[in-house]
Amino acid sequence: MKNKSLVSINDFTREEQIRILDLAEEFEKKPTQKILQDFVVATLFFEPSTRTRLSFESAASRLGAKVIGFSEPGSTSVQKGESLRDTIRTVSNYSDIIVMRHPKEGSARFASEVADVPIINAGDGANQHPTQTLLDMFSIRKTQGTLDNLNVAFVGDLKYGRTVHSLVMALTNYNTTFHLVSPESLKLPSIVKMHIKEKNLTYYQYTDILEVIPEVDILYMTRIQKERFSDPIEYEQVKNSYTLRNPMLENAKPNMRILHPLPRVNEITIDVDENPMAYYFTQALNGVYVRQALLATILGVK
Amino acid sequence: MENNETRKELKVTAIGNGSVIDHIPAENVFQVIRILNLEAFSDMVLFATNLESQKMGKKGIIKISNKFFRPDEINKIALVAPTATLIIIRDFKVAEKKKVEVPDTVEKIVKCFNPNCITNHENVSTRFTVIDKGDLRLQCHYCEKVTSGKSISFL
Ligand SMILES: [Zn+2]
Repeated sequence: MKNKSLVSINDFTREEQIRILDLAEEFEKKPTQKILQDFVVATLFFEPSTRTRLSFESAASRLGAKVIGFSEPGSTSVQKGESLRDTIRTVSNYSDIIVMRHPKEGSARFASEVADVPIINAGDGANQHPTQTLLDMFSIRKTQGTLDNLNVAFVGDLKYGRTVHSLVMALTNYNTTFHLVSPESLKLPSIVKMHIKEKNLTYYQYTDILEVIPEVDILYMTRIQKERFSDPIEYEQVKNSYTLRNPMLENAKPNMRILHPLPRVNEITIDVDENPMAYYFTQALNGVYVRQALLATILGVK
Repeated sequence: MENNETRKELKVTAIGNGSVIDHIPAENVFQVIRILNLEAFSDMVLFATNLESQKMGKKGIIKISNKFFRPDEINKIALVAPTATLIIIRDFKVAEKKKVEVPDTVEKIVKCFNPNCITNHENVSTRFTVIDKGDLRLQCHYCEKVTSGKSISFL
């Protein structure tokens, strides 16, 4: 896996994914290890994403690596019209690995073809965000003790949410039963459902979140964005019916945990935060361990 | 029968050696010329369109002298002219005749329909995996979105 770029979650086999999760567990036990002191990590954020950037920079810093880069293209040569090809070629002279986020879909794949150093995709438009998928998998395994044979519900915008698509695809390797809860207009695209069927797994579709709560081990909540609706009245109706409130959790299985890729807006009310089933803040912290594992593996140190 | 067929092809001036692409949908002849970059070809190129065809109503035909396409080149034609037949001519005779086939991958000639795809913003050659040959569904190597049916357009 040394020098292997991570652009799409499918770039790593099931075994490689497991290896990353195992290593992330080691970093969870001992987060500060100065094993990357001889390395330079570039973080190129062609669009701002403070949360993801800080998580990567925290991961790199805890391993002793130097971090260079930019957090938005504003004051860089990118703003002056430099091509992505040239920016990537230049930065690969200065660094040993490039973490990049870019608003255009396919930008990370393209970068991995022109760079001399490996690329970690930290989000390319609406396409892929594989480190989010790995941290979601880590969180599921951590809370359930296994990734196999679980009942997982996805709630909210299942049509446009790349986080959901990637995680669904990844979980098809683990005999998951999928429970898909969304408004009619935001159902999971048929191409993703096709992947579930190809693995002979089962999915159920719902419009009412209360129906799935007693059934599942993981309740994966997502944000429903106003822009997705042409009719603002429809949005207002939908928004309220896909909000998770603490009293709704009464019939949940005791092992159930609630995940959310954050930031949340109003899809989980704050009274849920105190419920031991709420796991989303720990989930975000797990992102640092997973990114440490990726940096150390791809740079060939672990 | 075979004789008849040969004679019909001769309606457009015969070539001694080279390739004939027959049974092209009449409206797609110019697209085929473009895909195969025949504008830049230095030897004789003959084409005709709106010819009467019993099978297709109206068809087009292209004859290219002293040119023998690689199968992957010729298979590009299947994207715009799935009905096309390729005929290899040697010494004024039909040496080989076969139907075009949709290829496994498509490079450079198709535009990704996704406006937010990097291939529509940077100088990158497009690349697709054909995930469905019947309905012609092409998955972009870069943005991973599927371009299909009416949204397929050529560069
Ligand atoms: Zn594309």
